[in-house]
Amino acid sequence: MQKPFIRTFLNNKGLAYIISTAFLIISMLLGISIGTVSIPVPAIIEIIGAEIFRFQGQGIDSMHESIVMDIRLPRVLLAGLVGASLAIAGAAFQGLLRNPLADPYTLGISSGASIGAVITLFFGISLPLVGAFTLPVLSILFAFATVLFVLFFARRVDRLLRVETIILTGIILSSFLGSFISLMIALSGEELRQIIGWLLGSVSMRGWEYIKIIFPFFIIGLVILLANTRELNAMSFGEERAQHLGVNVERRKLLILLSGSLLTGSAVAVSGTIGFVGLVIPHLTRTVWGPDHRHLLPLSVLIGSGFLILADLVSRTIIAPSELPIGVITALIGAPIFALILMRNRKERSAGQ
Amino acid sequence: MITVKNLTGGYAGGEVLKGISFEVCEGELFGILGPNGSGKTTLLKMISGALNFREGSIDVEGRPLTQYSPKQLARMMAVLPQHGEQAFPYSVKETVSLGRYAHQKGWFNSWHDEDEQIVQKVMEQTGITRLQDKSIVELSGGEKQRVFLAQALAQQPRILLLDEPTNHLDLSFQKELLDLLKKWAAEEELTVVSIFHDLNLASLYCDRLLLMENGEVLIVDTPAEVLKEERIKKVYKTQIKNHPHPEIAKPQLLLVPEADGGHDADFKIDARFLDVGQDRIVLQSPMNLRTMSSGITGAGIGWHSSFVHRVVPMEYDCSDHKAEMAEYLQENGFLPSETVGMMTAVPAETASYQLFEDGDLSIFIIVSAGNTHRDRPRNINTWLFINGKISEEAFIQSAMTAAEAKISVLNELEGSGAGSAGQSAGISTDSICIAAIQQGESIAYAGTATPLGKLISEGIYTCTKEAILKYRSSKAAFKH
Repeated sequence: MQKPFIRTFLNNKGLAYIISTAFLIISMLLGISIGTVSIPVPAIIEIIGAEIFRFQGQGIDSMHESIVMDIRLPRVLLAGLVGASLAIAGAAFQGLLRNPLADPYTLGISSGASIGAVITLFFGISLPLVGAFTLPVLSILFAFATVLFVLFFARRVDRLLRVETIILTGIILSSFLGSFISLMIALSGEELRQIIGWLLGSVSMRGWEYIKIIFPFFIIGLVILLANTRELNAMSFGEERAQHLGVNVERRKLLILLSGSLLTGSAVAVSGTIGFVGLVIPHLTRTVWGPDHRHLLPLSVLIGSGFLILADLVSRTIIAPSELPIGVITALIGAPIFALILMRNRKERSAGQ
Repeated sequence: MITVKNLTGGYAGGEVLKGISFEVCEGELFGILGPNGSGKTTLLKMISGALNFREGSIDVEGRPLTQYSPKQLARMMAVLPQHGEQAFPYSVKETVSLGRYAHQKGWFNSWHDEDEQIVQKVMEQTGITRLQDKSIVELSGGEKQRVFLAQALAQQPRILLLDEPTNHLDLSFQKELLDLLKKWAAEEELTVVSIFHDLNLASLYCDRLLLMENGEVLIVDTPAEVLKEERIKKVYKTQIKNHPHPEIAKPQLLLVPEADGGHDADFKIDARFLDVGQDRIVLQSPMNLRTMSSGITGAGIGWHSSFVHRVVPMEYDCSDHKAEMAEYLQENGFLPSETVGMMTAVPAETASYQLFEDGDLSIFIIVSAGNTHRDRPRNINTWLFINGKISEEAFIQSAMTAAEAKISVLNELEGSGAGSAGQSAGISTDSICIAAIQQGESIAYAGTATPLGKLISEGIYTCTKEAILKYRSSKAAFKH
């Protein structure tokens, strides 16, 4: 727990938004600026400004312009969108399941989405009507099927639907699906590189196409979740309590699960499996600014996107010119924090009894 | 307000409730009682809409429960849960504010001044205003209960459902909460339906009670009717004793633990335990005796083990003789809480005592009598120890029987002896203490026609007469 005065100071919600927006903007500028070719911040602003307002800036280096507009900006935006999607989905799942250990990864949703994506790549499937969107659509469908299966199975095992059961089910399903992915890798020939590269998780060399894929899903999921923040508050006191407060629990729960899977599925579709963002970011945000979902969700979006942009920056600069998969970086930061959360939870529980 | 008809249902495993019907009126404080597993919580869950039922109907304000939308229902009815779950450290005010959910409209619900005022008001009413910025995980059980009560009240419900509201509360807040509920029920026409484990609290506060057994309604009636000793004994399968509240006209039930059996079955109070000293007579019982007395300490009905008859000088005069007596007892090694204490100016050695027996029945009597001076009141103190288990009415009958025996002695002595008959009966400061060991066979009556009554009559007559005569002769000896 923080010291009281820090808490009051940070509790000012306006300040919270200013700080996290500033964090996001700084991360973006750093992400665009740093690389083999370093681009000064004023130049970045000028280039992007020129692009948005369609004016012919003077003295804009054309090489800088193409690096910013074709390589780094889409990469930063994609990292930001993926980070935001995973973080807000994690925050929503944690509220819904009343447990800070829930996230798209521990619930097996990421693995489900991966199966969808790997199947698409492996069989080279292209669905009619959706075309280029086949991969994200299949990822999302598999993500949602996974959630439903986890909940269904957990309810069969334990009628009370205890969160521990849900998480355990998620982890078991995760490993099960993981072995399926391994099987497909073992059987794959020329798709191997594509699948492996995709599985490790990366936002490099994706270009604007991928942003077009994730963006609509991101907006839909974001709007639905932001419209359900008060319901999430109520449901974090238990579903029965929420119902007594007037929440239409069944419908809201389905909406939240659906949009959480939507966000996770589309994020996995464009960037592969990136763990721990959905777990750590909401938890940190909650520790600093409190558990009220009306603020927790938007703040998680801002912090999550900034965090993944920075993680991506580290992954491509730390052993330059080679790149580390971004999933490695988030896991390296996330796993110790996960352990810390677990320890503190246990302590709080034993202290409470 | 709430009409439940032929309600049947339960969980997947089997039916918990079988054909429950009752009605709750507006502004009523309605209690649901029953042993563990009788279906109280299931019934409350069905009324709150959290659990579906298979057959029957629940109408709230004349409209079937199933026709209410969740939000409509939340505006009509609030529930105080038995255990609040808190996964995250919400602040108290955030928690209470959630109670306004059902009153807010639109997707991005806005917070109005009215909402703020109501939240402030309910926090004030439940005494948690000073806690509003604290996190709920840091609160004590009682404080949490108050926070959830405030949350329920913020819903501005017409009906409040509670599942054992006093569960985590200490004594003073139990009372405070129930007093508050009672007040709201009366002032704001709030209908309160609550499960109680504590039959005595339910008796004190509820207008009507519903007693459940095995998923069925046993009786719905006033506390006095529902909490009949025999009924509760049968339903809860335990030893209890019904006893009226000392201050208000409500029944209270007391548990009777299994006897520890440590005492000798033939135990008897007799002269072995008596110690007649210079300035006091003491009887020290090895165990507590059920007493009814009009002494100075330990008066009224209670349980006592020491009996002290203190002799004070004739001039003794003290404005607060109760406190002085307690001090005296303490100084002489008696616990005032365990002692029946009396006072007299009559010398200790003139007291008369004797054990009277009739078959298994035995009583031990000590009488100290003083007719003293003409201008001083008469003073006869009587201790009556009954070696048996007697009922409350037997206590009263014993007192009457003893008084009659005493008067007949006085009439006899005064009538034949001193010429000024009748006058001495003027003012009296007589005291009596009846103590029973409450073991062995039960004796229901002690009227003059019963064996016990006869024994008392005889004993009191004998001892009182002897005591008066002893006193007179000692006076005469003193004068000479």
